[in-house]
Amino acid sequence: MIGKVAITGLGYTEFSATSPGTSFRELTYEAAVKAYNEVGIEPKDIDTFVCTSEDFCEGYSISDEYCNDQVGGILKPVQTITGDAIHSLATGVMLVLTGGFDIVVVQALSKLSNMKTVPNLVNFALDPVLNRPLDEHYSFVSGLGMNRFLHDGKATREQCAQVVVKNRANALSNPVAAYGADLTVDNVLDSEPVSLPVRLLDLAQVADGAIVFVLASEKVTGSLTDNPIWIKGVGWSSDSPSLESRDWGNSVATRLAGDMAYKMAGVRYPAKEIDLAEVTDEVSYKELEHIEALRLFEPGRAGLALEDGRTTSEGDLPVNVSGGDLGVGHLFEAAGAQKVMELVLQLRGTAGSRQVADAHKGLAQVWRGEPTTSAAVAVLANQ
Amino acid sequence: MELSKFELGGTRIKQSDISKGNVLTLAVTPKLEYAWDDGVAIGRYLEELGNGKIIARKCNKCGRIMLPPRMFCELCWRATDEWVYCEDTGTVNTFSLCHVNWDASRIPEGEPLHLPAVIHIDGASPGMGILHVLGEVEPDKIKIGMKVRAVWKKPDEREGSITDITHFKPVRAARKKSKKKSGGGR
Repeated sequence: MIGKVAITGLGYTEFSATSPGTSFRELTYEAAVKAYNEVGIEPKDIDTFVCTSEDFCEGYSISDEYCNDQVGGILKPVQTITGDAIHSLATGVMLVLTGGFDIVVVQALSKLSNMKTVPNLVNFALDPVLNRPLDEHYSFVSGLGMNRFLHDGKATREQCAQVVVKNRANALSNPVAAYGADLTVDNVLDSEPVSLPVRLLDLAQVADGAIVFVLASEKVTGSLTDNPIWIKGVGWSSDSPSLESRDWGNSVATRLAGDMAYKMAGVRYPAKEIDLAEVTDEVSYKELEHIEALRLFEPGRAGLALEDGRTTSEGDLPVNVSGGDLGVGHLFEAAGAQKVMELVLQLRGTAGSRQVADAHKGLAQVWRGEPTTSAAVAVLANQ
Repeated sequence: MELSKFELGGTRIKQSDISKGNVLTLAVTPKLEYAWDDGVAIGRYLEELGNGKIIARKCNKCGRIMLPPRMFCELCWRATDEWVYCEDTGTVNTFSLCHVNWDASRIPEGEPLHLPAVIHIDGASPGMGILHVLGEVEPDKIKIGMKVRAVWKKPDEREGSITDITHFKPVRAARKKSKKKSGGGR
């Protein structure tokens, strides 16, 4: 990378199925205050803000107009990304690298409990002419993906179930996760069929929560924190949106986003150099698909690595120690922020009972969820 | 320069071609439902409207009395401090005479216009108040700076909503005495 950008401050709320006591503004304000207090700044010290918002999730047109007050961005340069929070993080990195901004805030929020018709919301993302008239529940897209993934011999059905068991158990050690649970593989395989081979427990459940990061240039980082986490590389990519002609069972966008971030971060051997990864597991098999696409395991070996315990919190390459989307909750456009947040806590060495030993370099990957083929990646390190 | 030079060939489509089905189109109505959490500030605000009162939130640092209320002061970047009741009277900050309904259909000749207005509420800080509609007034009599008062629904008809006030009407000179009454609650 041509310059250095650090995450200095982090603030977050707990993640929960509902948050009826607080408005979206109050939820975001809590995360922002915590982030700014960590590094002793106030909004007047912040040069620019990058918010993350999707109109249909919020229920407002032009929802970016409603982003500024609660991060202290009033009368300041604010922009909003209609993508995942890792897209916002990448935008924040670029703003710092222009040299024009030393302190940049990146915000993400999920208030999805307020969206009462999530199946319709996701279905509304399908092609209106060719796909929507078939009137399927959107989980059919996950069924199509998982079936092809299994058919191609990338993993077994049991291994996919094991992802759920691992991540929901990991969430039990994460005090802010919504869906910690002690499950067995049989619990998953016996759960209600949704769009087979996908069953109910294969799917992440929606959660609310807010996350705010304070990014800083190398010049000012030392004045803000003694424990900066450096953003070494970012990448993003999108495959064809077409359900008819996408590369089923293979996350091409994740491969390309990962390679872009690795190149920027100077990572040549991801499997050796990455100490832990947080990736999208909105559908159980996606964790395996993503860690393979990210070159963390040989093609077709991700499931075996899981079976061998290599991706547990004690393994040699822990994946989704936070609990992932399955354990923390599906946060829609804030999903990537939760993954970056977990890396910050781990790389600072402040992850409590779920702290991964010798964590120096981590990877956060996000897929924008059904029915998209977009992914974004960030590589973070503590030195 | 002749515009025709820039036009593509072919046959023009008329609105009637679409309505008659000569041109294939697809119409979709989204079925999206939301139920927003009001939160602490707006939750209390709506509750008090149900009581026939207008409540604001004060920041003791800048001294602003904010309406609608908020739990944090976006300028001082701190939690706000106390609840403050306002009057249910105020001043027209700006208004518009709307000849169209929300869906752009025209209001028939002779029927009442919509009269949305921003009302600076007495007791709130300058520039803060309520967006509502005016009533019991001839459109050509409305002036910026005009004193107005909230007209409330009956207590048993209120439901904790901005529509618990049906409209704001002009304060007539003869009724000025009632200004001294503490705000709302009737």
